Amino acid sequence: MERSGSVACVAEREDANDDDEGAEPLQIATEARDRVRFEEDALALADQVYRVARHLANSREEAEDLVQETYARAFRSWRSFQPGTNLRAWLLRILTNLNIDRGRRTQRAPQMTPLEANDYFLYDKLAESGDGATDEDRVVERLSQDDVVAALSAVPHDFRDVIVLVDLGDFSYQDAAQILDIPIGTVMSRLHRGRRILKRELAESLPEGEA
Amino acid sequence: MTTDYFDDGCSHCEEMMQPYLDHVLSDAEVRDAERHLDECETCRKRYRFEESLRVYVRLAVAEQMSPELKEKLAALRVPLD
Repeated sequence: MERSGSVACVAEREDANDDDEGAEPLQIATEARDRVRFEEDALALADQVYRVARHLANSREEAEDLVQETYARAFRSWRSFQPGTNLRAWLLRILTNLNIDRGRRTQRAPQMTPLEANDYFLYDKLAESGDGATDEDRVVERLSQDDVVAALSAVPHDFRDVIVLVDLGDFSYQDAAQILDIPIGTVMSRLHRGRRILKRELAESLPEGEA
Repeated sequence: MTTDYFDDGCSHCEEMMQPYLDHVLSDAEVRDAERHLDECETCRKRYRFEESLRVYVRLAVAEQMSPELKEKLAALRVPLD
């Protein structure tokens, strides 16, 4: 679990790669070693970055494009990463900014829709409609995998982003706030609301008569 | 609904569920929530369901990166001079 650490500011320093001329051989060797280590550390996180990116983006294709662009930029800008800070969050911050730059996402106040009265309603609907069993694991298995994927996709982006980062990506509220460049209180309120929207979507996915 | 015996304690416990499962409550709030959970099967079942749901959603939406993409990312590395 990676629930601590901070996201270093992603400054663009792509031009800083070409100033090695005249540097001492030892300095060049040290820098090459640091760069290789950075690249290896970043690539080791690729699966985790992709899993989060897949649901920040709208499709597998978009996610693959974004991850490639993210890594291309990260490898060019590696000097702006502060060793010891959270590399996975740093990569996700680049990815989120690229997603916004490409016009696929806009930063805006999300539309507020009325929510269910409480947080228990999905369990109540599933439990009352089944075969009488209220065992929590069996109740949840009444939801199909496809329905869960569809329900998450149906959650509006501003809410889905925080669910994806916190619930799927194991980022802290603080990291999610820095990655998305929103206040931590907004992360908390969107998470709360987003989870309820997700549950509403799941409840609506149940066949007629089950919900 | 199966909430006939829902009372004020349950309403408060329901409000505490998300922050409780996110581990962001104070020690005193955790004690409050757990005191209610010890006594109340209604809330206990729903807390356990929420935990199961989170795990279930995480597993259901997990998608592996393709080997091709992994190769493409490795090819983006800057070659050593």
